[in-house]
Amino acid sequence: MTQQLIAMLLDESRIGVDEVAGNCAVDQSWVVEYVHAGVLLENADPATDPARWAFSSRDLIRARRLRDVARQFDANPELAGLVVDLVEELDRLRVRLRREGVLLE
Amino acid sequence: MEFKDYYQTLGVTREATQDEVKKAFRKLARKYHPDVSKEKDAEARMKEVNEAHAVLSDPEKRAAYDQLGQGNRAGQDFRPPPDWDSGFEFSGRGPGDGNAADFSDFFSELFGRRGQGRAGARFEMRGEDHHAKIQLDLEDAYRGATRGISLRAPHVDEQGHVALAERTLEVKIPRGVHEGQVIRLAGQGSAGMGGGSAGDLYLEVQFKPHPRFRVEGRDVYATLSVAPWEAALGASVRATLPDGTVDVRVPEGTQTGRKLRLKGRGIPGNSPGGQSGDLYLVLEVVLPPANTPKARELYQTMARELAFDPRHAEGAKT
Repeated sequence: MTQQLIAMLLDESRIGVDEVAGNCAVDQSWVVEYVHAGVLLENADPATDPARWAFSSRDLIRARRLRDVARQFDANPELAGLVVDLVEELDRLRVRLRREGVLLE
Repeated sequence: MEFKDYYQTLGVTREATQDEVKKAFRKLARKYHPDVSKEKDAEARMKEVNEAHAVLSDPEKRAAYDQLGQGNRAGQDFRPPPDWDSGFEFSGRGPGDGNAADFSDFFSELFGRRGQGRAGARFEMRGEDHHAKIQLDLEDAYRGATRGISLRAPHVDEQGHVALAERTLEVKIPRGVHEGQVIRLAGQGSAGMGGGSAGDLYLEVQFKPHPRFRVEGRDVYATLSVAPWEAALGASVRATLPDGTVDVRVPEGTQTGRKLRLKGRGIPGNSPGGQSGDLYLVLEVVLPPANTPKARELYQTMARELAFDPRHAEGAKT
């Protein structure tokens, strides 16, 4: 059976801390810990009520990567943040190489 | 359903300690990390490794799996006996499980909803969110599109067995999506339990490689080939864009690599008034081949009559 659905772009609405936690299958306290460690939602003011934080698509993908690194390697938030920074930099460089017409194997 | 040998997947013996299981998992998680691995099937292998770890790192699941798996080999046709799991109390997903939606039929049957049922039936619980990637054509971002996607999700049959059922969704993709954005399909994740609402499906947008265009965020890049006289003298040339064609003015004295910016002709904004990207045409001067006497003569005339040294700036003496 085929259903037709209208996709909603996540960036058009605010993604809350509860939705990030649900999507990553973690407790909200995990998300709060990572924001407080400065490795997620880097411009957020840690003093703000987490219920008022707004995450973007990019933050959500970053949160999932942080979760994977933390789980797979028992990494602390700072180390997971460093690994994900490097992975994101790798992504940016790959995009730049594609833009310049350099094909990657 | 095929029997999965989780010990073989992680490359450990059946007597391996929890510490050895963890070490083997970490080694493979590094090897098959989908963002950095050069292995061709890294993503699929990572899912298998995650699944094996989800079972072998959890003492309850491992004990049940060991009891069930005696005498079975990897790939062998397998159906668990009724009530195989009596006496085991699975506590649901452990910290290393990843997304159970990524796991095999075999895992779903053994440790899926039925395994969690005893502990979970008393509670109202929202269904799990699912996360997947969707590959779109660049043109979809300009016009919007309807795309069919196939998903596998756990489904409980009348006998209470859990299997991964395939379903197809037709998804209307809004105009203006770009790589790295996430789109949400409400209620298309796992079904909830005890009256809880269904989870959502999140799709991360990726573009298929395009033969002409390269994309960075909302900006789009293309190569525009020009003849030497068009580059030298200036010309109006026709360029093909993802949303049609346009005549552009190549300025006089253009060299290869110069970029012409077409403001607002990249990926459009998501919403009315949203900022569109730009389209950059990277000019490339293409030489006509010197494969006829006339062409050779023209090149020879230029060589003779133009005082041109392309290596002047490099300090080479001709």
